[in-house]
Amino acid sequence: MIPLSHYLIVSAILFAIGTAGVFLRRNLITILLSIEIMLNAVNLTFIAFARQHGSVDGQIIVFFVMTVAAAEAAVGLAIVIGLFRHRESLNPDAFTLLKW
Amino acid sequence: MPETLIFYLLSGLAIVTSALVIGQRNPMYSVMLLIASFGALAGLYVTLDAPFVAVAQIIIYAGAIMVLFLFVVMLLNAPQEDAAEWDRTHPLRQPGVGRFGALLALLLVVQLSWALLRTGSVEVPVAGAVDAETISSVRAVGRTLFTDYVFAFEATSILILVAMVGAVVLAHREGEER
Amino acid sequence: MELRFLVQLAVIGLTFFMLINASALLVYAERKVMGFMQQRYGPYRVGPHGLLQPFADILKLLFKEELRPKGADKWLFTLAPMLSVTAAFAAFATVPWGGETTLFGLLDDPIKLGVADVNVGVLVVFAITSMGVYGIVLAGWSSNSKYSLFGGLRASAQMISYELSYATALAAVILLSGSMSLRETVDAQAGFWFGFIPQWYVFLQPLGFIIYMIAGIAETNRAPFDFPEAEQELVAGYNTEYSSVRFALFPQAEYINMATTAAVATDLYLGGWHGPFLPPELEWIWFLVKVGIILFAYIWVRWTVPRYRYDQLMQFGWKWLFPAAVINLILTAAGVLYFNA
Repeated sequence: MIPLSHYLIVSAILFAIGTAGVFLRRNLITILLSIEIMLNAVNLTFIAFARQHGSVDGQIIVFFVMTVAAAEAAVGLAIVIGLFRHRESLNPDAFTLLKW
Repeated sequence: MPETLIFYLLSGLAIVTSALVIGQRNPMYSVMLLIASFGALAGLYVTLDAPFVAVAQIIIYAGAIMVLFLFVVMLLNAPQEDAAEWDRTHPLRQPGVGRFGALLALLLVVQLSWALLRTGSVEVPVAGAVDAETISSVRAVGRTLFTDYVFAFEATSILILVAMVGAVVLAHREGEER
Repeated sequence: MELRFLVQLAVIGLTFFMLINASALLVYAERKVMGFMQQRYGPYRVGPHGLLQPFADILKLLFKEELRPKGADKWLFTLAPMLSVTAAFAAFATVPWGGETTLFGLLDDPIKLGVADVNVGVLVVFAITSMGVYGIVLAGWSSNSKYSLFGGLRASAQMISYELSYATALAAVILLSGSMSLRETVDAQAGFWFGFIPQWYVFLQPLGFIIYMIAGIAETNRAPFDFPEAEQELVAGYNTEYSSVRFALFPQAEYINMATTAAVATDLYLGGWHGPFLPPELEWIWFLVKVGIILFAYIWVRWTVPRYRYDQLMQFGWKWLFPAAVINLILTAAGVLYFNA
């Protein structure tokens, strides 16, 4: 039998990996992928708690998280395509027009 | 015993592939590694008696969202133009910065674990008091989804419609091709 | 090792072996049927009536040189056919092919003939076939050649478009049977109306069956939806740059996908392994007969109708097939409500 704490620690590690990816990588697509890693870590926490409390509510919230992640990935990638067409680069440092 | 083995295998796979995702130079490899990570997570959901969510994870995340990422990476065709990022003189590539980032990530893991483990009764086995059958059946999930959460369900369908229209509008080319 | 465990292992091994033989048999059957429809003999010389032709083909492919274009991505070029064929085999994991049987009294408890019986079986098949897209799109991209890239993009766009109608047709059957497990769906189709008409779902949902078959043909990239690998237009589409073993895995994956689609159609619409005159231990013979009929229909359609152009194909999938599938689902839901109220 696996204690709940194990699942929570796995989820914390995944979340930290995702956060590190968002901050350290300079490629728009890799940043979006790291956001997906963070969302998955949260999903794992929800499912683990749902199993422990014996309710399906956690699973249903995970559905909504997945759906919102899909919508966000679609719109985010459309924005990335628009940005790439404008500046021919996927580096976030190239989009500095609004900086003072 | 086999349960523990499966848990360590799947969670190890998920963590290792996720760590490799953020370390890859080529975004194509990152996408494929992330698909492997999603597969491992689906396996973890199955061990948590949530087979429907596991299959939905494969269908939605690994089967649809990642295909979208793959298309964008292929069509933008900018995988090897990371030269600016991987240049030794870039401020983010100095050795001290990388180590500091890893230290901060480790600190985040410790913080999150401390916060999560304080939620009480976390040392009990996760397959707790409730019988698996009541929550792993699709019938139970569907019943709750369409009675307690029906408003969120309908709102999500409008959200998807908005996202679809938005994505088409944002990616639309202005006028003729240049 | 207790006997039941060994028998279970034997069933799994037998399923895998049958799938491999199915792809070889389909190579032969396709060329023979194609030949007879074109008023000529098919393969005739290799072995009696050309029966050893598939083995000759495979041996020839194995002895060819393993090429890899210089600009091709080293890992993804080899990974793509492996992904394709793994998804093809794995999709058959939750498809049952026989009833519960004690093997003529050999076992104490009956054993289910099939690799696994999960309570979300239909969704697992759908999930793994949607992973098959990756093999094709990676093959197209990693070959670093424009024919491959176009073929790969077209194939994957086609597959994900027709997945919608595929899933909606499945949803209508799930409404009728009340369970996502394929075995329970088959068991709900046992019995007869009026004593002689079997209670198959194809009689309750003819439109759904047609939609499922069309979506299945499009999913497996078979004619008339085989524009991505159109031999006449695109050289060979996404597998242009492949040779020898890596190439051989692609048609094998395609034939096994065909077999899986036919097996799922048999389980969902044609009553699976139920049929008269046979004891439960041998009912898988009826299953094979029904799957064979559907596969024959696959080959028949391929060599009869012309190929769709790509934009016609996408238009048909989105504007005609998907609304028809949704209407089918609504009508089925209304029917279930009315007759069970």
